[in-house]
Amino acid sequence: MAKRIDVDQLNIYYKDFLAVEDVSMNIEARSVTAFIGPSGCGKSTLLRSLNRMHEVIPGARVEGKVVIDGQDLYAPNVDPVGVRRSVGMVFQKPNPFPTMSIRENVAAGLKLNGTKLRKATIDELVERSLVGANLWNEVKDRLDKPGAGLSGGQQQRLCIARAIAVQPDVLLMDEPCSALDPISTLAVEELISELRQNYTIVIVTHNMQQAARVSDRCAFFNIAGTGKPGKLIEMGPTQKIFSTPSVKATEDYISGRFG
Amino acid sequence: MTSPPNPPPPNPPSAQPRYPVRVDLPAHANGGPNGDTPDYPGDPISEPYATLTAVAPAPELPSVPMTAERLPRWAGWAVPLGFTLGGLLALPSGISPGLVLPVVMIVSAAFIYLWSRSVEGARYALDRLVTAIVTSAFLIAMIPLVSVTWTVVDRGTGRFDWDFFSESMRGIVGAGGGGYHAITGTLIVTALACVISIPIGLLCAIYLVEYGKDNRLSRWLTFFVDVMAGIPSIVAGLFAYALFVHISGPGVRMGIVGAVALSVLMIPVLVRATVEMLKIVPNELREASLALGVPTWRTIAKIVIPTSLGGIAASVTLAVARIIGETAPLLITLGITTGTNFNPFSERMATLPVFAYTQNQTPGIARNGMGPPGFDRAWTAALILIMIVMALNLLGRLIARLFAPKTGR
Repeated sequence: MAKRIDVDQLNIYYKDFLAVEDVSMNIEARSVTAFIGPSGCGKSTLLRSLNRMHEVIPGARVEGKVVIDGQDLYAPNVDPVGVRRSVGMVFQKPNPFPTMSIRENVAAGLKLNGTKLRKATIDELVERSLVGANLWNEVKDRLDKPGAGLSGGQQQRLCIARAIAVQPDVLLMDEPCSALDPISTLAVEELISELRQNYTIVIVTHNMQQAARVSDRCAFFNIAGTGKPGKLIEMGPTQKIFSTPSVKATEDYISGRFG
Repeated sequence: MTSPPNPPPPNPPSAQPRYPVRVDLPAHANGGPNGDTPDYPGDPISEPYATLTAVAPAPELPSVPMTAERLPRWAGWAVPLGFTLGGLLALPSGISPGLVLPVVMIVSAAFIYLWSRSVEGARYALDRLVTAIVTSAFLIAMIPLVSVTWTVVDRGTGRFDWDFFSESMRGIVGAGGGGYHAITGTLIVTALACVISIPIGLLCAIYLVEYGKDNRLSRWLTFFVDVMAGIPSIVAGLFAYALFVHISGPGVRMGIVGAVALSVLMIPVLVRATVEMLKIVPNELREASLALGVPTWRTIAKIVIPTSLGGIAASVTLAVARIIGETAPLLITLGITTGTNFNPFSERMATLPVFAYTQNQTPGIARNGMGPPGFDRAWTAALILIMIVMALNLLGRLIARLFAPKTGR
């Protein structure tokens, strides 16, 4: 559980368009790393390249290295399906599977992976994951009801439960709270601080306060203009990025002077 | 001081401006009497103002009232009803109904438009005119449907009896007999066509949406599917016949040949409809599944297909409804027979459309004051065909409802 990620000179393309240029960074194990920056600067693109979800988009490709515990994710012998099993992902919009009940949603990763598990084992893993996602008390009496019937915040926690049910090493979160109300956001943020003890978490957020609240380290991305590639401007402990950033653009962004 | 001051907010003329208002200053205000040397060199406040012109207050817009006079509520239906009654009164004079109907429609539309325009204004008048046109178009489109249904039910019920469902035409010369052999033949051939088409059609659609993603092969496939959809059904029949001549020799007549011909017609319909159904499955669901480490084919089988199952079932029933009434290809590939044949791999088979066609062609001789018995059998065959299609449509809707994604709490 919980592995560190080293990104080395990563260029990410959509067809011929260079979306993210020359990113090198280290993401520590058992910590929360936040990606901040203006819209379109490549935060989500970089996040998706950390579990090879980027290449799901036709024409998207990657140059450079992403190393998780010594293994380059983009080496020719790597199976993207295996990568995604150990690097889970939570998306911006809650997306429970509409044909499945709450229980089936959480067990989806376990069952669809083809792993043969006994029903009792699956039930136990479902309960653990829902407890881990702070959702168990709210849904334990209606596990067989459709997942799409939950509220937005509950759906997002259901998606987190679904992601942690397959016991990944890393959890990527792409603006997980942007569609949620403040109370659900608080619930998800508390959950992130708890998950930090067991997982490596990378979170993309547009909410400065959220980045300051939940993250240990913070990476600021910026873009020179429309059509230009996004770049990593600076990265460091959240405390330092928010108090004494070394680059002027970071300070401007954080203090709300642009972006 | 390089930047101009903030533009003034759009104040109502009476309100006190909160920001400095731009005004034209006299030429000497910022210069000497000749305008060359400023009175206050480098004055940071007066300098930018001198170059700006006054902004006139925004022109008054006409106020829009929130209430308006309307026609009485019964106007929408009473006007066409009145003119229809007038048209009915005119009918006994011998005017053709085909002339009265358009006249009634045009006069009602014109009347309600002018009336509405004089009371409610141009916008509501146009709304009422378009409503009249759309309703008229709907009624005109309903005429053939109602007419066909009425005629088929009216004439088809004559032989809609137990004999028709239990007897074939073997040994029948005059009245009597039935369409049992044709009903079973239609069901067998259609089922066989489904067995061939549904796997091909669904897999093709899955390739186009899930794997092809607009690559060259999928673009070519889409193109050829479109071409295939335009094949005349008689050509599909000739193709299937020619294909089986190569296998079984000339003069071949088998159920399977007809099923192949129907498949050629069914596959493009199925592919196009299923592609649309798969496309509306949100991409987030595929990504959510892939991000869990689920392989692509399992994502398709367990997430994409179940989510769109209702739509796919509806597509299949529509495609079946499209082919079940085909006559021309079955006339070539199956022919007709008077006996019941359950084996689609040998000998001729009767089917409902071909049965109706041949009964109508050779209706037999009128006796005992009754019409030729073949006409009644042909109408009943058409009625049963319509009922099968309707049942399939209802079945498709039922399946779509049963498998629709659950959203309730």
